[in-house]
Amino acid sequence: MSGNASSNSFEATIGSAKPDPILTLDDMVRTFGGLRAVDIDHLEIQRGIITAFIGPNGAGKTTLFNLITGFDKPNSGSWVFGDSSLAGKAPHIIAQAGMVRTFQLTKSLAKMTVLDNMLLGAAKQRGELLRYALLPTQWKKQESKVLEKAEGLLERFNLAHMREEYAATLSGGQRKLLEMARALMSEPTLILLDEPMAGVNPALVESLLQHIENLRDDGVSVLFIEHDMDVIMGISDWIVVLAEGRIIAEGTPGEVSKNPAVIDAYLGSSVAEELKNV
Amino acid sequence: MFARGSGDDMVLNLLAGIDISKLLGLALRTSIGVQAATFALAAVGLNLHYGYTGLLNFGVVAFMAAGAYGMAIFFTQGWLGGSLLLGIAAGLVFAIGIALSIGLPSLRLRADYLAITTIAIAEVLRISFRSQRLLDLTGGPFGLPSIEDRNANVSFADVVTIDWNPINDGAYGFWRLRFDEQTLWVMILGWTMVMLTTLLIWGLMRSPWGRVIKAIREDEDAARALGKNVFSYKLQSLIIGGMIVALAGITRSLNTGFVETQQFKPQTTFFIWTVLILGGAASVWGPVIGAITFWFIIVFVEELLRQMVDSGWIPEAILESNDIASVRMIMMGIMLAVLMIWRPQGLVGKKEEAQIDVR
Repeated sequence: MSGNASSNSFEATIGSAKPDPILTLDDMVRTFGGLRAVDIDHLEIQRGIITAFIGPNGAGKTTLFNLITGFDKPNSGSWVFGDSSLAGKAPHIIAQAGMVRTFQLTKSLAKMTVLDNMLLGAAKQRGELLRYALLPTQWKKQESKVLEKAEGLLERFNLAHMREEYAATLSGGQRKLLEMARALMSEPTLILLDEPMAGVNPALVESLLQHIENLRDDGVSVLFIEHDMDVIMGISDWIVVLAEGRIIAEGTPGEVSKNPAVIDAYLGSSVAEELKNV
Repeated sequence: MFARGSGDDMVLNLLAGIDISKLLGLALRTSIGVQAATFALAAVGLNLHYGYTGLLNFGVVAFMAAGAYGMAIFFTQGWLGGSLLLGIAAGLVFAIGIALSIGLPSLRLRADYLAITTIAIAEVLRISFRSQRLLDLTGGPFGLPSIEDRNANVSFADVVTIDWNPINDGAYGFWRLRFDEQTLWVMILGWTMVMLTTLLIWGLMRSPWGRVIKAIREDEDAARALGKNVFSYKLQSLIIGGMIVALAGITRSLNTGFVETQQFKPQTTFFIWTVLILGGAASVWGPVIGAITFWFIIVFVEELLRQMVDSGWIPEAILESNDIASVRMIMMGIMLAVLMIWRPQGLVGKKEEAQIDVR
């Protein structure tokens, strides 16, 4: 529990108010046919800490991510990021606002080099505008700055030796690292990581977790999804537990792990009943 | 000695009745001709669509038709004084209109919808141009036989090949590659446009703009998640590529001197796809190499078959000279299939970049 001591001071009740929320959700509902995949009354995400969404498969974690980042549209609901409402905004607008996501199934751009993947990540590039594209003098200077930043991040994520390789040649874990590093190129204020540890070699998990902690220490707010409880307990400052589309608990790792509703959702009601009887 | 002697005889026998000089001469002539330049231009445009952006444009010919008819209608109607340059501009503007009408409804959807829309628009355009209702504008099924300004009685082909032609009368070149001043001038115009557009693509693709374009080909959602306006980039690509293809249509009518709907049948689209795949999609020079090679092979095989039929090497029972044109269509199909299996990156493409995967 490094970084933010104040995270212990929020109330561990569902929808509790945070002192400095970076993201606030209200009445967010998404249904697929008769299924209410996401149904959240109120949720605040605190700035500058690591918040984890956990929940069993089908709890609506990824759907919620898709809704927040504009990749899916809610049936109803509003959400505010910083000062601006994001409801109805396109994904690229949301990303430009400083909220960048990664994907559960990594989307490394396979037939581009690792370095090009990184360079793509940078925001507000003049050379990306058609009217300047043919005039290198208009973007060369910015490009070399972007290049410098990319090289720094590749170094930090131990990918520097792969810079000229096609992203397709990377291992699964390296792709996760690349996707995270690429997202950081745009200097987001909130980064959303969808199961950053899934399918990653256990030897790499430790360094991935370290990278996530470093992000927080650099001032980036982190929101991530995971369904492996053990992984989460170590690094999360705050945990939001989802089951069947609803938030069933939120709190610090210690509080959440003792919460009967969470145990119930994770182990099944019959086991919980048995535990009570013991 | 004996074996060698009989070998030489066999070579001689095999070549009896085959005029190699004519065979190579014709094939080379076509492969550097205006037709090849036209196909190269169209393939350069398609390369931006498909090779770099991953847009499945199966209506290449729609953009060619838009360019050619836009220019021809503008010129023959004598609008704005019947200026040819304005006519060419009109052709390009028409192509932009086609790009928008294809792109606006379908670019937000999955790749397959764009493919379907492009095929449809190409046919809609061709059949509309053929219709009696547009007889005054497009000449309906007759086309515009000599693209002439109806006020001034000036032929478009004359303006370009005579008035604008800086080359003195005469024949230029050597061997079987001799061209008169008009053909040579149109060839120079065509290949110059090929070079300029290739240069344009090269410049665009080495810029950060090109990086976004390639990222969209790889994974649209990844590009979106990084804050890129994918729809806008796809539309830009569709428009720029479409205008280059329209130039191909204009160049073609420059060469033939007329436009008619027969020139814009769907098979042209698939020839241009063959050119692109043959040369190598997503490579700067692929379309040019592809067009030259394509026409060399087509003419070489057609002429070889013709000579073999004429000299009795192929019995009439198997192939008559009338059928040769259809055989070349069969060949085209085989060529494309073989390429996709054995060398999907084409002649000059990078293998890593050419794996076809459409989601």
